[in-house]
Amino acid sequence: MTMRPTLAVWKFASCDGCQLGILDLEDELLSLVGAVQIASFTEMTSAVIDGPYDVSLVEGSITTPDDADRILAVREASGLLVTIGACATAGGIQALRNYADVGEYTSTVYAHPEYITTLAESSPISSYVKVDFELRGCPINRYQIVEVVTALLAGRRPVIPGYSVCEECKMAGNLCVLVAHGTACLGPVTRAGCGALCPAVNRGCYGCFGPADTTNTASLARRLTELGTSERGISRLFRTFNSAATEFSKESLEHDA
Amino acid sequence: MPSPDAVVIDANGVDSLITSLRAQGFRVMGPVVANGAIVHREIRAAKQLPVGWHDEQEPGSYRLSHGDDGEMFGWAVGPESFKQSVFPSRSVLWRARRDGQDLAVEATGDDVAPEAFFGARPCEVAALKVLGGVLAGAASPDPVFTRRRETAFVVTVECGRPAATCFCTSMGSGPGAAADFDLALTELAGPSGRFLVRVGSERGAAVLAGVASRPATAEDHRARDEVLGHAVAAISRTLDAEAAPGLLARNLEHPRWDDVAGRCLACGNCTLVCPTCFCAAVEETTDLAGTVEETRRWDTCFDLAHSYLHGGSVRVSTRSRYRQWMTHKLSTWVDQFGNSGCVGCGRCITWCPAGIDITEECAAIAASDGAVKTSEPTAVRDR
Ligand code: SF4
Ligand code: SF4
Ligand code: SF4
Repeated sequence: MTMRPTLAVWKFASCDGCQLGILDLEDELLSLVGAVQIASFTEMTSAVIDGPYDVSLVEGSITTPDDADRILAVREASGLLVTIGACATAGGIQALRNYADVGEYTSTVYAHPEYITTLAESSPISSYVKVDFELRGCPINRYQIVEVVTALLAGRRPVIPGYSVCEECKMAGNLCVLVAHGTACLGPVTRAGCGALCPAVNRGCYGCFGPADTTNTASLARRLTELGTSERGISRLFRTFNSAATEFSKESLEHDA
Repeated sequence: MPSPDAVVIDANGVDSLITSLRAQGFRVMGPVVANGAIVHREIRAAKQLPVGWHDEQEPGSYRLSHGDDGEMFGWAVGPESFKQSVFPSRSVLWRARRDGQDLAVEATGDDVAPEAFFGARPCEVAALKVLGGVLAGAASPDPVFTRRRETAFVVTVECGRPAATCFCTSMGSGPGAAADFDLALTELAGPSGRFLVRVGSERGAAVLAGVASRPATAEDHRARDEVLGHAVAAISRTLDAEAAPGLLARNLEHPRWDDVAGRCLACGNCTLVCPTCFCAAVEETTDLAGTVEETRRWDTCFDLAHSYLHGGSVRVSTRSRYRQWMTHKLSTWVDQFGNSGCVGCGRCITWCPAGIDITEECAAIAASDGAVKTSEPTAVRDR
């Protein structure tokens, strides 16, 4: 019998939602733990096996000097390092601090801000270490985790889209809410992966999966202006879970009055 | 002389036409209003049709309005085409399972019921033919397309109210229907609905036999001419289909490609709503139990991965992707298949979130034909 590859799951600055997504797999979870050995996943079990690990899934962004060191150790202990979710791949919602003064925040929130050691910016894992594969989304699509692990085991390329949410809309038969309802939608610049959930219920895409392979945020912003979205509204649209992703960040600053 | 193949039915006749098709085993896919658009759904009765609904289409915008005129077919085309029926957005081609040293391959089959394309516009019927030229005319015809197209019953409805985005008159595909249908309807003015029905096939005659009708008179035919005359006059967009192939072929370095790239989102909507775009990606996946599945899904030439070859994508810039799409539609398609890839339905204009208009882009290039000398289209800066 061949040894099952070992898998570790790590948490940095995040809400745990992506890790919970793995536990939510229900139907697939048993086959998954049958195919890989869960060596470290404290959200699931306190039994931890020492590294190195064949595959590491990393959730969360880097926001403290400690974490900036810890990610180096994780990289060191990992064969393949896969980042999961908007925090790990684009800094997450907490990257809103990148547009403000973090010192001001800590002094407003904490009685003793001097005890707080934090970085000025929330950054994706890839700005600290080499990342082998990224799974986007806030939260991730848990089936993409299954797909990546299955592909690794089979030695094939994971089937993970880089195209726009519009393509998912059209394949699902969704009506385009931007064209037919005049609703502000980030779909044309957002990476597919969620299954076009929001347009399916007549909401514009919020951009949870971050920028698609190709984006033209300036052209979309012009269209949103024509549809009546305010400058502040456009800036806020681009500044949510993926606000530190280069393309979205740039566009949000363009409209930051 | 009125053709003996033409009859007139009323609104009840449309209803019994649907009943008759259902009785013959067809799943009748027809236009209905859903969520603010006219789309195709299975219909069982004429009362489900979009009576009194009209569509207002502009680049990047689609809205429905309702009038009390009682017209059943007073609209142009919606976001969906019957491409969905003959070329589904996703189909599993085959599955395989490892069985010891063997691989057990299982064909997945395609056993959907034959459909009736009810209310297909003349441009859609033309589009099915264009698509057939690609998918069925090849050395290895696509089994899904071929079976579904051959079994489909086509009830086309000629257009009385083209949208502002229509340009079928330029592409020779409408607003009247000339061929490739089983039955062709024209909605004429009349208090309880009056429809001229022309028969295009024996199957069509058989289905029509079960519907109460009267022979068409010369007046009915004149009324049809009038409807079509109004439609032709209402179509404002034009495209010089004759000139387009040469025009685009000699303007691969035209500055307009950069201009359109500044607006294009590379989102792919234009290709996905186009009734003739046929690009697909084949994806191979495995599950943890070891089953292999080969799936074909719609793809678009606007996607970076679409042109991925060993080492990278061939078309990196949006400029090169838009140019690929438009030159294929209007120019190289003619070289490949002997006809244009565009039928002038206008969907790519309406459903482009950025409101890019193929007729306007073509006209802009024609207006400054040769603005930049043609150079090698494969030059590195083109990517
Ligand atoms: S609803 Fe949004 S994501 Fe869907 S097709 Fe329209 S613009 Fe694209
Ligand atoms: S290119 Fe545009 S107008 Fe022509 S057939 Fe396709 S969607 Fe219709
Ligand atoms: S032309 Fe319009 S619909 Fe087509 S890819 Fe560009 S922005 Fe999208």
